[in-house]
Amino acid sequence: MTVSGWIIMATSVVGMTGLFFWCIRKVLITPGATEHIHSQSDLDPKDQDE
Amino acid sequence: MAKEKWGSKLGVILAVTGSAVGLGNFLRFPGVACANGGGAFMIPYIIAFILLGLPIAWVEWAMGRYGGKKGFSSAPGIFRSITGCNRTAQIGTLALIVPVIIYMYYVSIESWCLGYAWKYWTGGMQEVVIQAQEAVTSVDNTDNLSILQKEAGIIATKEYLLHFAGIVPESEDSASGNFRILREFSKGTMPFLLLCFAINFILIYRGINKGIEWFCKWAMPALLLCALFILVRVLTLGTPNPDLPDASIINGLGFMWNPIGHNLVDGKIVEVGFWEALSNPQTWLAAAGQIFFSLSVGFGIIMTYASYTKDDDDIALSSLSAASGNGFFEVALGGMIVIPAAFIFLGPESIIAAGEKGSSLSLGFFALPGVFEHMPAGHFFGGLFFFLLFMAAITSSLSMLQPAIAFLEEGLGLGRHAAVTLLGFITATGALFVSLISNNLTVLDHMDFWTANFCIFLLATIEVIFFAWIMGLDKGLAELAHGAEIQLPKALPFVLKYITPVFLLIIFGSWLWKEILSSGPYVQALKEDPVVQLTVGFIISIFIFFSILVRIAVKRWDKVEENISNSEEVSA
Repeated sequence: MTVSGWIIMATSVVGMTGLFFWCIRKVLITPGATEHIHSQSDLDPKDQDE
Repeated sequence: MAKEKWGSKLGVILAVTGSAVGLGNFLRFPGVACANGGGAFMIPYIIAFILLGLPIAWVEWAMGRYGGKKGFSSAPGIFRSITGCNRTAQIGTLALIVPVIIYMYYVSIESWCLGYAWKYWTGGMQEVVIQAQEAVTSVDNTDNLSILQKEAGIIATKEYLLHFAGIVPESEDSASGNFRILREFSKGTMPFLLLCFAINFILIYRGINKGIEWFCKWAMPALLLCALFILVRVLTLGTPNPDLPDASIINGLGFMWNPIGHNLVDGKIVEVGFWEALSNPQTWLAAAGQIFFSLSVGFGIIMTYASYTKDDDDIALSSLSAASGNGFFEVALGGMIVIPAAFIFLGPESIIAAGEKGSSLSLGFFALPGVFEHMPAGHFFGGLFFFLLFMAAITSSLSMLQPAIAFLEEGLGLGRHAAVTLLGFITATGALFVSLISNNLTVLDHMDFWTANFCIFLLATIEVIFFAWIMGLDKGLAELAHGAEIQLPKALPFVLKYITPVFLLIIFGSWLWKEILSSGPYVQALKEDPVVQLTVGFIISIFIFFSILVRIAVKRWDKVEENISNSEEVSA
């Protein structure tokens, strides 16, 4: 493992983890997050109860 | 009350992350990265994440919600409502076939995950390992007996799994091609493939959302913990076989992250320099393709689901949270586990050969059993990991069929059950095609390339051009910003109008130029290999079929609009 390998690994891992934790923080401090932030799994296609 | 609120917000994060995580993170990413320059790949990957993945995900969310307000949930309808032109609905056909075709091979890999979990938990794998280890004890009696036994166990699980997935080299079996594949397939994967199909279609048929949401909230932390536990074990493997000092974890990490690519030339490893890797359009295409695949961008899936959002929903933060959760699982966990493990237990030649053949998705299935053989309660964790991966894959595969279901409903007037039945027939044909004419995974690999790289690239380029140049940035960004709690980047309009489309066109154009001029591996295979020709022919047939359906749908929509306008005139 070269120095450049360590740098690339650390930057990539820390960068992605940092962005993820920033988003977690943002969701936690955003009022109304539970109603207004969605994933595919909680969006109901309108035909679902057909 | 405060606790409850915090818990439900955490549930939202887990649900968003859970929907985004799938096989692409743990199985596809490490193989693709390694085959395209190792650490050097991360530069185009991060650039593609920032300039393509995030902006196009936002584009899809905004276009989807806009289309939803006009009463459309599928790409043909959404494109037509944005451009006002019937021909653009035909382009939307791509957004129907991409997820449907990806589903065909995705469900096969899903069935491998379920099959592996079953074999680990029911002792099937243990039996194979014990038999192999006993064979070593009877023929060998050296000081390194335990190491040799472990090695034998790893080789035995690999062989076992090769047979299980029906990937048996012809030289190892006297039976002729098709019969051999059918025999292995029916003994190994078929029951699990049928079970996966049944699970998927029952869930889709009945309406699934509550169950999937529940899974994302509870099983995602379990998958995270399990992956962390495996990660710790991989990082503490050291040098499992003292006779092979080069097969160490540090060298394995180096193989993944050093900015040097590797090729096999006449069976010998040849290094590819940093700049050479970066100047190869294939590296950039693969990076963008991986971002699109794992973020589900350029599939048409996001657009369909976004059409179900309400006007005041925060689509900007929803999209960013999904992308960041996905990136975390992919880079921080996926990138640290599979390749270092494969390096130690399979050797660098196997990784490069898998990468050159495009078999990135299957690499994890051969490499991870080696890690589980070196873990306390390894078979339990092996079963747990593959089961959780199977569950994560289910959440992704379920969403892959929604764009086509939405189209069949709104375009042809089919009911949900009829639409699901029709799709069930089409995808079952495709999944059997992938499994039975596998020819050492050639069908799966080339289907993955032509849809998950080629078609997705085309679709993403078209989407961003429609959004920035036809729908108009003012209208599009206003839709995105409506209800958003985050400040969108000031550079976003400029990026969407110029950088993203130009970047996409340059990568795609230069790759196409090089691939055609120098008759690259995919074009070469298309010219020479009848199985590849059959695969591409199959993709084209699916495209033509859906294209005819879109034509019929457009006529129906025209007629409906004409009737509405006539009745308005009469009432006026």
